[in-house]
Amino acid sequence: MKIAVCIKQVPDTEARLRLNKQGTWIEEEDLPFVLNESDECALEEALQIRERQGGGEVVAFSLGPERVREALRKALALGADRAVHLQDAAFTGGDPIATARALAAAVAREPFDLVLTGSQSDDLGWGVTASLLAAHLGLPHAWLVMGIELEDGGAAARVVREMEAGKNEIFRLRLPAVLEVQAGINHPRYASLKGIMGAKRKEIASVGRADLGLAEDVAGAAGSRVEILAVEFPRAGGGAKILEGDAASAAAQLVELLRSEARVL
Amino acid sequence: MGGVWAILQHRDGKAHSGSWEAITAAKRIAEATGDTADAVVLGSGVGDLAREAARTGVSAVRVADLPALAAYVPGPYAAALIAALEQERPRFVVFPHTYQSVDYMARVAHGYGAGVLSEVVALAAGGDGLVWTRPILEGKLQAKVRIRGDGPMVVSVQAGAFAAAERAAGAAAPIEALPAAAAASLEPERELLGVEDAATDVVDLTAAERIVAVGRGIGGPDKLPVVQELAAALGAEIAASRPVIDNGWLPRDRQIGSSGQTVAPKLYVAVGISGAIQHLVGMKGAACTVAINKDPGAPIFNVADYGIVGDLFEIVPALVKALRDGRPS
Repeated sequence: MKIAVCIKQVPDTEARLRLNKQGTWIEEEDLPFVLNESDECALEEALQIRERQGGGEVVAFSLGPERVREALRKALALGADRAVHLQDAAFTGGDPIATARALAAAVAREPFDLVLTGSQSDDLGWGVTASLLAAHLGLPHAWLVMGIELEDGGAAARVVREMEAGKNEIFRLRLPAVLEVQAGINHPRYASLKGIMGAKRKEIASVGRADLGLAEDVAGAAGSRVEILAVEFPRAGGGAKILEGDAASAAAQLVELLRSEARVL
Repeated sequence: MGGVWAILQHRDGKAHSGSWEAITAAKRIAEATGDTADAVVLGSGVGDLAREAARTGVSAVRVADLPALAAYVPGPYAAALIAALEQERPRFVVFPHTYQSVDYMARVAHGYGAGVLSEVVALAAGGDGLVWTRPILEGKLQAKVRIRGDGPMVVSVQAGAFAAAERAAGAAAPIEALPAAAAASLEPERELLGVEDAATDVVDLTAAERIVAVGRGIGGPDKLPVVQELAAALGAEIAASRPVIDNGWLPRDRQIGSSGQTVAPKLYVAVGISGAIQHLVGMKGAACTVAINKDPGAPIFNVADYGIVGDLFEIVPALVKALRDGRPS
């Protein structure tokens, strides 16, 4: 079984965020980047499927600037067999339409039995890129996947999908398909020292816009229907009354307010 | 090309609350663009829902009432809608940003040749056209975005961002069939096998008057006694945000948020929870919210009544002590 896993490198959401000078994005200098959480779960799911099948190939794809090689290197250290880096200045500023088009062109260069990715990125969080990828590839698709079991020797899959209000729906899909997994489907492994050493010898192929046969006007910002004008911190209007002082003092104030003002104690 | 369509979501003909919010968003877009807003219902046996939608102030209700649409499967739902869109050519197609609608709306956008703008929380008409707001970086920031070009656009609106459209008595909009949807090929690509509860032992948090909810900031399961002690001192149920559940630190039936339970206690204490929108939609009905977090920029402070910025491992024990000290003996 040959599995493609699309991953994204995102800012560490635990990091203190600052805006850039123009206020159009966050300041990326000195910002730590990590592998997107649900994408890491998608990779883990691919590795587990390969292990259960007793063989196969897992290929990691990622689009982004030079720093993205770190994320791909991590995927290789965790166990992916090889990686494809969609790297081209022409990909910059892409919305889900442009990014899915580029990913589809890269993934379609080889036949895959299954395409896995995370359900949402922790930075832009559009949540629609992989369903557009599936549409480009003409494959069935599911969002928010919480379980995958292969059936019919890998020709189909039994899929558990999260619904609202604590319910899951279960269905069967023919493969190949694009499945977007939810964080929580599994507990991703840590890279072993052997994996980290071995990753250095694995291939990261770099492909650009022209390699994928994409015209300039369909890639990146030029091929996008949505553009970010500005980013800002949500206005704290009407927000919390912040209790100052050391822990004991703030705690005492809070208990008093909960008693006398909010009257909930 | 013109007009705004709000695509209603329902289960067995009963509307999802996001459907009425999508109608309000569609009416707002229509107002700003000088278009009309229509409601669209896909399903089987959805006449009652169509009649309810006709009283929301839309121009028309468009209905594809077909046996093949009885249960939600993305392929047939997308195919029916794409066929109808291609015939009628509305400019905007508005979905509620829900687990069901987002599952297929991008496929609709692709088939219709539309762009996609997901999880909108606000919309303003500027001199330069419409400016849309959506959360990014797990709600820590907001992005102001603009649509490029004048092609069609698929938009989804986050729960609670727009008020639910009222269903007024009186004049009702006309209800019209969507013949193109009936002519589309509606072969299901998913064979539905069933629905199950995500958690096995379901704790009902909706009845709890006080809840102490813990987030990623707790760091690990070995630290949970810190918040469990606070819950005990308050006589509260313990709950958690999604990362804590995903890490297996607490069972899934303790989860608050869009994929967990929706609660409205008298007191909600959020400890080490940053306040991603998926969590906020599950607890914004709380009468009084307290947030304890080390990050002063955490979005939870925007919805909380009281906040303490600092290390939860200092503040929570101090709070337990203050509660016990002040207790009448």
